[in-house]
Parts: sequence; C-alpha cells; structure tokens
Amino acid sequence: MSKADRGLRSVLESEALAAELSAFDALELSAPVTHRLTASVLWAAWPKLVAIGVVLVLWQLVALSGWRPAYLLPPPADALAELAALIADGSLAAALGVTLHRAVIGFGIAIGVGLAIGIAVSRWPLLRSAVGSLVTGLQTMPSIAWFPLAILLFGLTETAITFVVVLGAAPAIANGLIAGIDQVPPILLRAGRVLGARGLGAYRHVVLPAALPSFVGGLKQGWAFAWRSLMAGELLVIIGRQPSIGARLQFARELSDAAGLIAMMLVVLAVGIAVDIALFGSLERQVRVRWGLADAR
Amino acid sequence: MTAALRVVREASVPQPADRSIAIRLSEVSKVYGRGQSAVPALDRVTLEVEEGAFVCLVGASGCGKTTLLNLIAGLDLPTAGRVEVPGGRPALIFQDAALFPWLTAIENVELALRLRGVRRSERADRATDLLRRVHLLDFARKRPHELSGGMRQRVAIARALAQDARVLLMDEPFGALDALTRDLLHEELELLWREGGQTVLFVTHNVREAVRLGQRVIVLSSRPGRPVATFDVAIHGHRRIESPEVGALSVVIRERLGEEVRRHVEG
Repeated sequence: MSKADRGLRSVLESEALAAELSAFDALELSAPVTHRLTASVLWAAWPKLVAIGVVLVLWQLVALSGWRPAYLLPPPADALAELAALIADGSLAAALGVTLHRAVIGFGIAIGVGLAIGIAVSRWPLLRSAVGSLVTGLQTMPSIAWFPLAILLFGLTETAITFVVVLGAAPAIANGLIAGIDQVPPILLRAGRVLGARGLGAYRHVVLPAALPSFVGGLKQGWAFAWRSLMAGELLVIIGRQPSIGARLQFARELSDAAGLIAMMLVVLAVGIAVDIALFGSLERQVRVRWGLADAR
Repeated sequence: MTAALRVVREASVPQPADRSIAIRLSEVSKVYGRGQSAVPALDRVTLEVEEGAFVCLVGASGCGKTTLLNLIAGLDLPTAGRVEVPGGRPALIFQDAALFPWLTAIENVELALRLRGVRRSERADRATDLLRRVHLLDFARKRPHELSGGMRQRVAIARALAQDARVLLMDEPFGALDALTRDLLHEELELLWREGGQTVLFVTHNVREAVRLGQRVIVLSSRPGRPVATFDVAIHGHRRIESPEVGALSVVIRERLGEEVRRHVEG
C-alpha cells in the first residue's frame, strides 16, 4: 500500500469513526436540563414560608388565650404594625445598616482567618496535630462566653464585637475548608501532578477548587455562628449613637415595649433566613450542581 | 494453534539499534513499607520501549502496573534501579478519566495547556483543535458529569495530548467502558497514535484489548511484578478485536498469563 493510499485510508477511517462517535454521543446523552434561578429560590423558600405562617397562627392563638396580658405578649398584628412603623420612619433601616455593617466586617475577617487557618492546618501535619482539634473545640464554645474577656480587652467598642464575631465564625469556616481539602479525591491530585501542578499551583488549580463545595458549607455554617455572636454582642456591648438591632432589642425590653421587641426579633430572624437561603443556600446549590454533586432541578 | 504460532514470536527478538529509546527501566525495584511489613511491588524490572512504539502490559492483580506507571510518570521514586524517560515528562491517562469536575471539557484541556506554559492567547485555539481531534467539539462547554464515560475518557485523551508529551502512559483507560464504546475508542486511539507518533505504554487486564492495540504485549507476573514474556504482534493490516488473528494470539497470551497466575498460587 502506498503512502498516499494509507493517508486516504486514514482519512476515510477517521470520517467513519467521527460519524459513528457522534451518533453514539447523541444516544448516550440525556435531554438537557433547564434551570431557572428564580424558580429554584421560590422552591427552596415555600416550606419555610409555610412554617412562618404556622408560627404566626400559634402565636395568635396564645395571645388570644389570655395567658399573658396584651402589653406583655401582643398579637402578631400589633407587632407587625410596629414593624411597619419602624420601617416607615426609617429607624429600622438605620439600625439594620449598623448591624449589617458589623456583620459584613466581622464575617469578612472571619473568612480571611478561616482560609489562612484551614490552609495552614491542612498543609502542615504538625500544625494539624497541634491545633486541629482546638479549631473544632473552639467551634463548640458558645461565643457569648467570649464577651466578658472581649470587653475587658477592648472595652465597649466595635472591636470587642468584631473580635467575638470572628472567633465565632472562623473555626466553622476553617473546618469546612479542612474537611474539603481532606476529601479531595487522590486521583485528582495525581492528575494535577501529571499535568505539572505542583506546590502553590496545585493548591490554586486543584486542591482549592476541589474543596470549594465543602468550603461553601463551612461559610454557611460560619454565617450562622457570626449572626448569633453578633446579636449576643449587640445586646451586651451597646455603643452610644449606634442604633443597632441588638441595642433596640435591649431598649425595648427596658421600656417594656413588647411589640417593638418582637418586631426586632422578627427582623433578626428574617435577616438570618434571608442570608441563609438567598445567599448561601443558592450559592451552595449552584456549586454542588456545577461540581456534579447534585442534579440541576 | 499453527495459525497463532505464525503471528507469534516469543520474546528474545533483539530490538533494532537505530530506533531511540523512549522509556528505559534498568533493574527497577519498588518496595512499599519497611522491615517485616515490606511489600515488594516490582522486582528488578528491566524494560525498554522504543520511540513511537505501542506496547501493552498485561498482568493479573498485584502485578504492580500502577506502581510501574507511577515510576515512569515521575509520581514516585524507585527503591532501586533507574528509570529513564529521555523525552521529558510523560502524560498519564487513568481508568477513571480524572477530569476536574468544576471545569468544562475545554477548560480541562486549557488547564493542561496553561500548566505547560502555553500563552493565554493560544490556549483557546489549541484546546479547540484538540477537542476536534477526539470528535468532541460539540461538547466543549459540558462539564464532566454531563458526559458519558467514553466521552470523559476522550476528553482525558485530549487533555493528555495537550501536554504534548512524547510518551503516553495509559492505566486501564477503557476498563470501565461498555464493549461497543471500547471498540470505538480503540479505533480512535489507534488513529491518534498513527497521526501523533507518540510512544504508548498501555496497561490492561484485557488480553484481547492488548493484542488489538499493541505492537508488542508484555506479560507481567504478580507479587512482585516483573516481565516474564514478550509477544510481538505480527498482525498486518486493519485489526479489530474480533479478528481471528487477534483471537488466536490472545489464547496463547492468556495461557501464558494463566501459567503465571497458577505458579503464584502454587509457589
């Protein structure tokens, strides 16, 4: 067979193969799934909305029963009216602004600290045996227990609040990252090394992306801890001319303003849930779908 | 059996000296663990693969084939002996395609180019070209979990080709695929090898697959692994896994492999 013949045969074979392969590929793949973000958010939200409705009904029943007088336990309508008034006069926005500002700063620092601790602990075995269990231990410590020390160290300041928020959230974030790095499939590490990803490159291109789903889980948990720590902090550390949500809760109690107190509690609950669903819930879901860990619905 | 013998020459054929060597292992041993619990995985393996050859290794479990490929790929160091790969770092294809699940097909290929230092402006074109060569251009934007097992393995092949390595190591790459897909991938791999002229070292449990693809089939013993027989596949013209010559040689090699397994059990 001449060289030209062989070349021609190769081309013909290649074309036949291409045709057969694409027919095969078409058979093997299922229909594409479409995925609408708004629909999925609603889908995730409705059971929670129903649960809120049930709670409102129970609350109304307890209020109607006369177990406590209405000035101590107002019915939902009074609390919601108070909430509407707080929204209308802008005082809610001011308080929420202060509180969310603190949350963003504290949580942001916690992400940085959690990342640094997570990478360091997963990278150096000695460090892991030294502080690995301490990180988990810190996570179980109620963050409110830090406040007396934080107030001694920093006084009644923003720093005291931030300190405790970071201590509350960083261990969960670090643990999420450590767990994610530990669970990176060894075959992906080998594949990365074969392709030439070593040292920092391996972290950047293989280890950290592979650990991302678990890290996002850690962020979500870290947010829950940060939010709780922040509320505890705002009740204990009240700073003048800073009308935070926590401060308003405390004042409402001092003034026996039950409707205002419950209105603020609703805000605390709503913010916690909104961030959990709208931000981390959908982020976690998107990452899991993208990584092939969950089906797109 | 005469038909089989005509296509078989048992080992000992000296390799032509004018072809340069792509992989050379000299008295390579690998022992895992130490002292009492030491497990020898490879025992004084000597092996030469010429530039551009397609060599298949067959062996039962415990023949140390993954260890062997790790040593050649530079992922591990031998306990004794020398491993030489003059053409630079080899590419390695795994049984599980081992694609990065967070990247699309084309991004997986582009990452290989990037890690090799290919400039950003060239990466997209070259990755597109590589996916075209494995007939997957239409699926460039799919993620690994959206592809079938065979398609994933083809992306893995494109990613390995992106390394532009002269040596391609394959660790049972088609072991988990159904027979029809496997046949197609045999065709595809053969075409890519004929075009690219790389040296291929292909490890498999499947003797027929080895005879279908290889120019040479090496039988490995088990625990520890070492080459015990070499068969030259002197089948000319187009080969398919159903070809009678492939079947005949497979029987011979299968028997040799069986001997090796029995010896291990008895010994």
